[in-house]
This record gives sequence, structure tokens and C-alpha cells, in this order.
Amino acid sequence: MGKARGKVKSLSQAVTDLVRPGDSVVLSAALEGFIPFAAAHEIIRQGIGPLTLVAPISNISIDQIIGAGLAERVIAAWVGNVSTGIGYNFRRAVEQGLPRPLEVLDHSNFSITLALEAGARGLPMAVGRSPLGSDIALQNPQFKALTCPHSGQKLLAIQAVNPDVALVHVQRADKEGNCQVWGAAGFTKQAAMASSRVLITCEEIVDSAVIRRDPDRTLVPGLLVDAVCEVPWGAHPAPVLGYYDLDNQYYLDYAAATRDPENARAWQREWVDGLSGREAYLEKLGSARRQGLLPRHSRPGAPLEYGW
Amino acid sequence: MSAYTPAEIMVTAAARQIKNGDVVFVGMRLPLLAFMLAKQTHAPRALGLFENGVLRDRPANAPIITMGDAPNQSDALKLCGLDEVMSLLSGGRVDLGFIGGAQMDQWGNVNTHQARRPGGGLVRLPGSGGGADIACLASRLLIIMNHERHRLVPQVDYITSPGWGPHPGWRQEQGLTRGGPAALITSLGVFNFPQGRAQLTSLHPGVSREQVAQATGWDLDCASTLEITPAPTANDLKIIRLFDPKRFWTS
Repeated sequence: MGKARGKVKSLSQAVTDLVRPGDSVVLSAALEGFIPFAAAHEIIRQGIGPLTLVAPISNISIDQIIGAGLAERVIAAWVGNVSTGIGYNFRRAVEQGLPRPLEVLDHSNFSITLALEAGARGLPMAVGRSPLGSDIALQNPQFKALTCPHSGQKLLAIQAVNPDVALVHVQRADKEGNCQVWGAAGFTKQAAMASSRVLITCEEIVDSAVIRRDPDRTLVPGLLVDAVCEVPWGAHPAPVLGYYDLDNQYYLDYAAATRDPENARAWQREWVDGLSGREAYLEKLGSARRQGLLPRHSRPGAPLEYGW
Repeated sequence: MSAYTPAEIMVTAAARQIKNGDVVFVGMRLPLLAFMLAKQTHAPRALGLFENGVLRDRPANAPIITMGDAPNQSDALKLCGLDEVMSLLSGGRVDLGFIGGAQMDQWGNVNTHQARRPGGGLVRLPGSGGGADIACLASRLLIIMNHERHRLVPQVDYITSPGWGPHPGWRQEQGLTRGGPAALITSLGVFNFPQGRAQLTSLHPGVSREQVAQATGWDLDCASTLEITPAPTANDLKIIRLFDPKRFWTS
């Protein structure tokens, strides 16, 4: 059964409708690109928590939600700042329980992908070889030893993960939520397929005819999608291929601002709570800064023939 | 002041580990620069896999900070999902994988999860990312780390990325059917792993054996003949600085 119609909404409405206290939320599934920062900031602005956050590397998006005191559990392979290393809010939460205690279920990038893939397929577990031999597999109860009944090989039974909500940022989608993505997408597909509800933010809402001209590009079909929000620059400071590149300075500034807890709260007031929404965020960012992130070397894809 | 930084000789030593035609699982920071350098010099046919889902046989089109940056995606051979590149790794098609770490022990076990504070308590680090997968599944593993006594410890506080383990056959007992650390490149020298334990084989120019012993947390084992790591050439440095123009990773 497909999802209800009337999916196009404002981001604040979509977050209100789809994200609830106690939910598990998968985000940043494409690794460094396409991070749904606008949606993450809206969750913080609305103060929805406590949440379980699921991600591969999360590049500061999870760190921000943790800093806001809205995360009680993290299921992830890596939590930090790719440009500088440490995520200071994450560190404070794990080491000192500030602003609230945080349970961490550690994964590797491959194992969390397989866990979501099993969830997407409606299976209770995935089979993996990695990370055998690591303390990840020993300490996270989502891993159990498994002997292959065919070969006798030692393997891992990785418990399936089915998040309540997936936050996914894409280049374009139609009003039904058929999403097209070009570029490395990490486990975006598995995250959307494993989740009960999917919230899409996109650079552009396009006519369905655009989707149909290149259906091979559709990564997430509309049948999985509950809400479609047009949010230009919705992944800034993360890159979106063809739209804008990484804003590395933002990650450097974030690291400097969050080292100290008082400054981290000030950062959140300045960049999230104190702004009414993404338009205000973009205005604060300024057009010159955005201009500097636009692609300067065009590389259009070759047109394809789908005729009969 | 020398003509190159410790990070730059680490990059050139790492690049030399890449053979022409190797399929390389490329990490970020110094390994990324090593891959770019190898491609531009002795290994033009090397192929790079990036865990976000990039397969490319050319250096990035411009300097990058993360593997998701556009110059690392344009002109790629394939853009896909993490499942596909990890399947290539799991299926045994990756010759060489790179990882870094906060802490490593004499058996090449790497820790990027948590370390004990000198005064008690734990420091929480970011975690595995793809590091554990690369250490478990790549045919050869290369580890790159700053050489400091608190990093090169007798035994890691947490095994994120499994190395050779404390006795021969440990990897097989765990269920790991291939791979294991082949070399460790530090800011002071290069180690190999004969019988699964780190052995110093090469000193960077101007570094003494005593200096390495002092900065190593375990009883240093040295090869019978210690080599001197070749210094980066002017051309090496030109290429490294082309891809790291602001010296973000190599200063």
C-alpha cells in the first residue's frame, strides 16, 4: 500500500507530523554528502526527544542533536567532525552524561548498512564477517556469534535495524516523493527502505515528467515517502553534487565553538534556536558565502535513450 | 627547518606501498594524499574505492577535504552505495586498505573508540567508520599514525580494527580469512609485521633508533638491517601540495 497523498509540506509541518519523542531516526545516510541538516535543525528547534539516532558517520549532525539534549541512544559507526575529528557534544554526553546520558551501540559502516538492509527486507538479522575480532562485536548486543550451517564458518548475526523515521536529503523529487539522487549515496536506499516513515528534503521539487525521463536515477520511490519538503541548501554545510560543495570553514568553526559546553549552547542559539527556519539560516549565511560554494566547472551527464 | 613535514614523508612512504594496478580502499586525510601521489607517479593504473560509494581511477579534479566533495565524484568510473564498495571489499577484490588510529598495539590492533585518561576515566573517540571493515576484509592493511608513546601502546584499550592478535593464528580463530596489517607508517619510521608483531624496518632521515624506542610503548624490535626511508622528492612535494594547497593535512 502506498503512502497518503498531499505529501508536499513545509519542513516544520513535516517534522511535527513525522517525528515523535521516543522515535529512532536515521539520518546522514550518505556519509559526508546530502546530510539533512535543515531537518535536523528543525527537530532541535521543535525540541523533539528523546531520540535514538542511527547513522554511519553522521558528520556533526548527530553531535548537534546530542548537544541539544534530545538524544538518549546512538547506533552509529562514527560520531564526530570529519574535518577536525572530535565531536565535543558526543564526547561530553558519553564521558560526563551531559546534557544527558547517552547510550552508544557501536557499529562499523558495513555492519550498520547490513543491519538496515536486513530491516528493509523484513528479516530479523543480517550475516556479516566484519567486524569479527573487534570489541564492537563483543560489546554491542546487536552482534551475536553465528556458525554458518553450510560451511561451518565463523560469522556474525547482525540484528536488523528498523528506524521509525528516515531523514533524507536529495537533489530532486516530485510531489509524490519519487527521489532522484546522483552521486555517492552511502546507505540512503537501505535507510529509506528500512524505516516506517520517510521525510524527504530536496533542492527542487520537479514535475513527475522529469523523474520519468530518467527513472534509473530514482533512488527512493514515492511509495516509501510520507513528506516532501523543498529546502534549497537543505544539506549545507555538507555537499550536494551539482548544487553546492562542502563548506569546510563551517565545520572548523563548529569544532572551535563546541569545545566548551557554554559556547556549544551559544552556537545552538546562534545557528538553530535563534533562527525561524532555513530561510533565516540562509540569510545569516549570506549570498557571498553561498556563491563561493557553487560549482565552477560544469560536468553535465550524457542524455540517455529510453525509447521503444 | 627541514624541507618537508613529518606528514609529507608519511604520505610518500604510504604511496610507495601502492603498486601499479592495485585496488585500493582509500581513507581520508593522509591516505587520500598517498593515493593521489601514487596515481601521479608510479601507480597510474591504481584504482581507488571510497566507502561512501565512489570508484575512480584518476586523482580528484581539485583538492578535497572529504570523499563526498564534488571533485572526487566528477569523472569517477562509478558512483553507488556503500553496500557495493563494501561488497567488493568483502568479496576479496581489494588489494590494499588504509586506516589511521588514535592508538595501536604491537600486534597491529587499532583503537579509535576509547582511551584511558592518565588520571582515570575514559576519553571517548569517534569510533570505527569503515576502519574495522577495512582491517577485517582487505588483503593487505596499511596503518598510518603519529609516532608517540601514548599512541603506540603494548595493548590497546579497545580493539576497533583487529590486527594480528596476541598469538599466531588469532585472526583465523576469529573467523577472519584474509588480511592483517602489512605495514605501519609513522612520523618516525616504517614497521613490518613478521610473525604478526611490529618490527621496525626503516627510519625516516635524521631519526635515530633510540628516538623510536623512546617513543614506542613496547620493547622495540628492529630488523637486522635498518633502512633509511627515502625522503620525498621535489616532485612528490609538488604533487602533495597540489592536493593539500592550504596544508590542511600535512602542516
